[in-house]
Amino acid sequence: MSNATRTLTFTCIICPIGCRLKILVGDSAIISIEGNRCPRGAVYAQNEINPKRTLITVIKVKGGNLPVVSVKSSEPIPKSLIPKAMEALSEITVQAPIKIGDIIIQNLLDLGVNIVATRNVEEV
Amino acid sequence: MNTRECDLAIIGGGPAGLAAAIKAWNLGIKSIILLDESEILGGVLPQCIHTGFGIHYFREDLTGPEFAARLIEMLKNTGVEVLCGTYVEHLSIESGGLKRIYGYRYGEALKMDSKAVIYAAGCRERSRFEAGILGDRPAGVYTAGEAQTLMDIYGILPGSEVVIIGSGDVGLIMARRFALEGADVKAVVEIMPYPGGLTRNIVQCLEDFGIQLYLSHGVTEIRGKNRVEAVRLAMVDEKRNPIKGTEFEIKCDTVILAVGLKPRSEILARAGAYIDEATGGPIVNDWLETSIPGVFAAGNVLVVNDLVDYAAEQGEWAAESAHKFLREGGLPRVDFKRVILGRNVRLIVPQLVSCLQDTTFYGRVLKPEENVLLRFEEADCSFRLPIVRPSEMFRFRIPSEKLSRIHGDKLTVNIIGA
Amino acid sequence: MRRPIHVAVIGAGIVGASIARVLSMFEDFEVDLLEREVDIGWGVSKANTGIIHAGYDDEPELYPLRAKLCVEGNKLWHKWTEELDIPIRWCGSLVLAFNNEEMKILKELYNRGVRNKVKELKIIGAEEIKTLEPNVSREAEAALWAPTAGQISPWDAVIALVENCVMNGVRLRLSTEVRGIKIEGGCVRGLETNRGFIEADFIINSSGLYADKIAEMAGLGGYRIKPRRGEYLIFDREAEPKVSRILFPTPTPISKGVVVTTTVDGNLMIGPSAQDLAEDQREERANTREGLDYVWESASKLVEKLPPKSRVIRFFAGLRPEPTGGDFIIRKYDEVFGLIDAAGMRSPGLTSAPAIAHMVLNILKSTLDADFKPKKCWNPYRRRIRRFSELTPEERSKLVKEEPRYGRIICIDKMVTEMEIIEAIRRGATTIDGVKFRTRACMGICQGSSCTHKIALIISRELKIPLWKVSIRGPGTEIGIGDVKSLFRRRKT
Repeated sequence: MSNATRTLTFTCIICPIGCRLKILVGDSAIISIEGNRCPRGAVYAQNEINPKRTLITVIKVKGGNLPVVSVKSSEPIPKSLIPKAMEALSEITVQAPIKIGDIIIQNLLDLGVNIVATRNVEEV
Repeated sequence: MNTRECDLAIIGGGPAGLAAAIKAWNLGIKSIILLDESEILGGVLPQCIHTGFGIHYFREDLTGPEFAARLIEMLKNTGVEVLCGTYVEHLSIESGGLKRIYGYRYGEALKMDSKAVIYAAGCRERSRFEAGILGDRPAGVYTAGEAQTLMDIYGILPGSEVVIIGSGDVGLIMARRFALEGADVKAVVEIMPYPGGLTRNIVQCLEDFGIQLYLSHGVTEIRGKNRVEAVRLAMVDEKRNPIKGTEFEIKCDTVILAVGLKPRSEILARAGAYIDEATGGPIVNDWLETSIPGVFAAGNVLVVNDLVDYAAEQGEWAAESAHKFLREGGLPRVDFKRVILGRNVRLIVPQLVSCLQDTTFYGRVLKPEENVLLRFEEADCSFRLPIVRPSEMFRFRIPSEKLSRIHGDKLTVNIIGA
Repeated sequence: MRRPIHVAVIGAGIVGASIARVLSMFEDFEVDLLEREVDIGWGVSKANTGIIHAGYDDEPELYPLRAKLCVEGNKLWHKWTEELDIPIRWCGSLVLAFNNEEMKILKELYNRGVRNKVKELKIIGAEEIKTLEPNVSREAEAALWAPTAGQISPWDAVIALVENCVMNGVRLRLSTEVRGIKIEGGCVRGLETNRGFIEADFIINSSGLYADKIAEMAGLGGYRIKPRRGEYLIFDREAEPKVSRILFPTPTPISKGVVVTTTVDGNLMIGPSAQDLAEDQREERANTREGLDYVWESASKLVEKLPPKSRVIRFFAGLRPEPTGGDFIIRKYDEVFGLIDAAGMRSPGLTSAPAIAHMVLNILKSTLDADFKPKKCWNPYRRRIRRFSELTPEERSKLVKEEPRYGRIICIDKMVTEMEIIEAIRRGATTIDGVKFRTRACMGICQGSSCTHKIALIISRELKIPLWKVSIRGPGTEIGIGDVKSLFRRRKT
């Protein structure tokens, strides 16, 4: 097992100040956090080691008054899996009508996260 | 031509107009007509598919379409008459103070007389010509909102190798959209030495995708015969002039412009309302009434807002004022205090205050500064701010007790070092 | 009954369209009007100042054709604009002099104008200038007043001409590019194009920036066309102060100078600069800092005040086809029978166009030693697309009830309705620019950022093409590259 440590720097976005954080990471644990002016920054740092993002995109629609429906992931998913998720969603076409909140994809990429419609699409 | 009549006409069915209509109805105004230019209500919200909407207004983090849907649902529960697909050509004030609106919609030339009007028509995007970006005039140049409409309403991809001009939130959001759909976003180019959008968006739209941000750079030329082929950039000095020898080229097939928004206040100006040069929107008092009695403004036409929550809250505020106007046959005649833009304050709304009520002020600074006090001098009221940025609107509510301290005819707003 | 004479006119710009119109008056001709772009008038014709000149500029000894045909053309435009329903402001022009040297030049222009038979010319003093043009610079000491000059939108003219041509039997062939000229036995036989061979007894070379290249295909010509770029700035329609006359500085040997004028649609416009480019720069229409600064500086001298720079809504550039020798090249050739040049149509090409057309007709007459037979059914009239924005409220109300699609306003600033856009498509527009030039949509403050997609939806629906394939101005300018997920599919293949 190597003892490699790496340093990550990024900007905290919890409040408008935007502290520049410097995090020293070991194998799988944070060794130290520098640069935060408040405790919330430390929490943000911990989350950003394995950052998650809400996936926002559109999915193609068949038979609707618009050709795409806007969707979001029901929870943030690991940032590193976003390209794969986008790939998977590019192949889907969903049939109108669609209501806000409809689950378009159940359990995307086996992450326990759904893809949910955020716009109504009427049948045409 | 039949004349429609109502007590309150609301021009604009985006968040400000919708919130105003709902509030006005709930306050007891029963004769309300809402006009919107699109067949779909919500203004620009249906195409803003990202989150960040409603954190204050609904205490939830919603996407734009979801925020709009909430308001539209609430509107359905009222008796407000909605006229979609309606273009308003002209607003004029008739004798007796009646507001006359001329417009057109499918199959109808519209003429409407209303006792009060809330104008919430939003803003438009500046073109590459207004931004002075020279060179060829090929296809493949879109404003950010235009690209957003094409992608997220009509499901088409404008291009595959993208350069974005302007690092305001709209530009950053579109950088992410393009990157997510597999396009190569080669750069975001910002003429100021600091980014134009929220830090959160710099992180989640640029850093997340490894998109290069060039600060203090301007695009001097777009090149391309039929379609965009490249942009030329250069570093700029404090006067925003290109610095010789720093020019370089980025190959691309698409240019996205996020170079500023302008309130669509032309109809108000033509009706005789005074326009604030700083905001581009109408000058209003603390009832959000323009210089035309009974004509109110709210949302992005009043001031380009950062958050939809502010637009909605301005809509509600205008509705409350319109209600008072209708109930009392006019608003109190007062000697308004003029709000003066002091040090490092670029714009502020409202521009006139009666000091008779608690008043929310929305404003922006000219330059970023750290550790400052936002001072409302004559009201002896200060707010400490660790950082201020032009891209981040400040919003503060000042109680009437403090405002009543003002003796002269001015309220000066300053940003000073803490 | 003699078989018809096949005439192929190369270039559906102002000159080619004018020639085709005149030829269409006679039974003797079958006319093909060829255009390599997907729509008409997109070369020199759409990007110039749009002035119908009075005719004092051209020295008859140096430029005999320009001098003669400008004045004739000016006269003919009075009739043509009425017949063809082309909007025009017959506002007159003022050449301003700011010192004694320049006043001497005014005298020369005046004398030249008289020799060229220009009517109503007058040299006036500062007082009279002010009454004619309140916004004129206070430093102007004298002016040459030419009431017979007019302001037009040149694309309005091309579109009107071509519609009238087609109405009268001319075959319009768009997206047709000439690749070669077939000559047999010293006579023209026809044109090799990207769409096959087109038979022709006569070829009229009115191909603008490429006229010399076309002539070369027949081994003829002997002249060169060099592009001269002119840049322009346009202000929004409510920007003040405007001008009511066309204002010129005193001319230089190569150019009439930077003009200040108000377009037919009511927008203040300034330009052009005059920059000679290399022969291989015949598509170089970029706007430059130097060019626009020069236009601004020069224009500022002519008026009390220009509106603030923040009121500029568009800049653009056009190219003039400057010929060797400077005069129009309108001629046939002894070496090859059947090629007629109508080339080098730099200023006053637009003004001269109707007269050029008649001159070409006369060349055909003398060549064939014939009298041509006028068509009994020839229709001189054409009506333009009715503009909702120009109607009274009562007219609009009535129209919207009859045709509800007039109630849908697509371009906000110019108030262009869905019905006008559909009409533009019916009359031949297949692209955003095609709709733009026929309706003025996209010519307002937002320059299309609000309405381009709306127009694209209408084109997509009417012409039954996918939305992303709708183009601004033909292949290579589509508004999209595919549906929003198309890059994922590309990766896979």
